[in-house]
Amino acid sequence: MKPSKIILFILLTGAALSFLYPFYWMILASLTPESQIGELRVAPKELTFSNYALMFSKIPIWRSLLNSTIVASASTLGVLIFGSMTGYALAKLRFKGRDLLFFVIIFTMTLPFQISLIPNYILMVKFGWVDTMAALIVPALNNAFAILMFRQTFKSIPDDLIDAARVDGCGEMRIIYQILWPNIIPTIITVAIITFMSSWNDVLWPLIVIRNEHLMTMPQLVTLFAVGGRAEAQLGVKLASAVLLALPIIIAYSIFQKYFIQSMASTGLKS
Amino acid sequence: MEYVGLDNFFRLFQDRLFWKAILNTLLFLLVHIPLQIVVALALAYFLTQKIFIRGFFRASFFLPVVISGVVVTILWQQLYGLESGLINRILISLGLGRVEWLTNWRVAMTSIAIMATWKNVGLYVILFLVGLQTVPTSYYEAADVEGATAWQKFRYITLPAINPTIFMVVILSTIGGFSLFIEPYIMTGGGPLNSTLSAMLYIYKQAFEYYHMGYSATLGLFFALLIMVVVVVQKYTIEKEDI
Repeated sequence: MKPSKIILFILLTGAALSFLYPFYWMILASLTPESQIGELRVAPKELTFSNYALMFSKIPIWRSLLNSTIVASASTLGVLIFGSMTGYALAKLRFKGRDLLFFVIIFTMTLPFQISLIPNYILMVKFGWVDTMAALIVPALNNAFAILMFRQTFKSIPDDLIDAARVDGCGEMRIIYQILWPNIIPTIITVAIITFMSSWNDVLWPLIVIRNEHLMTMPQLVTLFAVGGRAEAQLGVKLASAVLLALPIIIAYSIFQKYFIQSMASTGLKS
Repeated sequence: MEYVGLDNFFRLFQDRLFWKAILNTLLFLLVHIPLQIVVALALAYFLTQKIFIRGFFRASFFLPVVISGVVVTILWQQLYGLESGLINRILISLGLGRVEWLTNWRVAMTSIAIMATWKNVGLYVILFLVGLQTVPTSYYEAADVEGATAWQKFRYITLPAINPTIFMVVILSTIGGFSLFIEPYIMTGGGPLNSTLSAMLYIYKQAFEYYHMGYSATLGLFFALLIMVVVVVQKYTIEKEDI
């Protein structure tokens, strides 16, 4: 190996360590007795689950895990179903006002979300949806990004395929889900990963519409636990709740790492 | 509902805390964006070389991107700890003094910007990687024949070629930076001395701590317009800049 390659390798290893080591440290610290966290570097002197036990006794973390799973799964499913319906209509059907509608959808994408945050909350109040799962799920059932992704992908599929399906007596629904879906798997994966992740990691919207502890999503509960006094300034307990919040995504990421990177990069490139 | 006309807008212009929050957010962007571009570009450039376990490096840079900002903030709150924080312990063991990362009002926003860069840089590494791969290798070969230095090659071949990527990174991190909320919410609550109070955090507080819904909506509208103006200005300056 050339010397320049070795220097490069050392630099990259240093960078990788600075991204990985803090997470490694966090997991270890959550398993270390509070008094020893201050000295922790590579391996703890003794391991304990007391931080986790204390956290379980203070907050309904399993309930919030269930809530987050329900909310993220439901909105992902909704975005896949309704997003592909909308995208299909905009790409393949001819109707009056289609281009205007498409323009409006693109326009909403360019608006910063700050503009609609409070009005959306007031809407939830008027619907009586504050402190219900509906406030978390229903507004997330479709979004402009998914519509755009599906529209672009459907555009690249030849009309012949759809016409042939129509001749065979397929309705529009069957065309979308049975004929077209198998041809657009990469788009489905991308939209699913992006939607699921942004739902799983979102914390501002839940903070606004949910007050009941048993309906809170996991990032919300962990946030309020860390900010409020209930962690009693105990670092290990806070870190334990953070580890539990990160774990599902870390596991999913280590298995589907390639898809995560591709999906996120493609959203950057699209916008 | 009572119609108040433009009262909320007059109030906004006299609200010194709101303007401070906007300045704080701009300060955050001023540190965050250049840092992000330099670090992402450097790491992406390293990754274009043929090197052992390149995929692993790429995946590890990307890990913080997929992890919740809540986790990252709780983690960094500890890393930034004054006495037992990992970063200060490393600094002290290197013989350097400790830094008041979160307790000094001059430093706190920069600390948050460094953390945000750490969290997001992996995404921009990937975007730059895609950009760098579009530069034809024949350009570099031609430059080698002419005897160009590494810096000249970077300045006159790479940089112009990835200008669209730089533009995208600036826009994406501007939009992301303007929504800075959960990091100061968890880490500092906006303090010390309101130095990390971001505009988004202030809008949230107006609505859900002081229950000024109408005023908060006005702030949101005004802030959104400001974001759009900044993005449009960026668009024209970067596109004009023929580097």
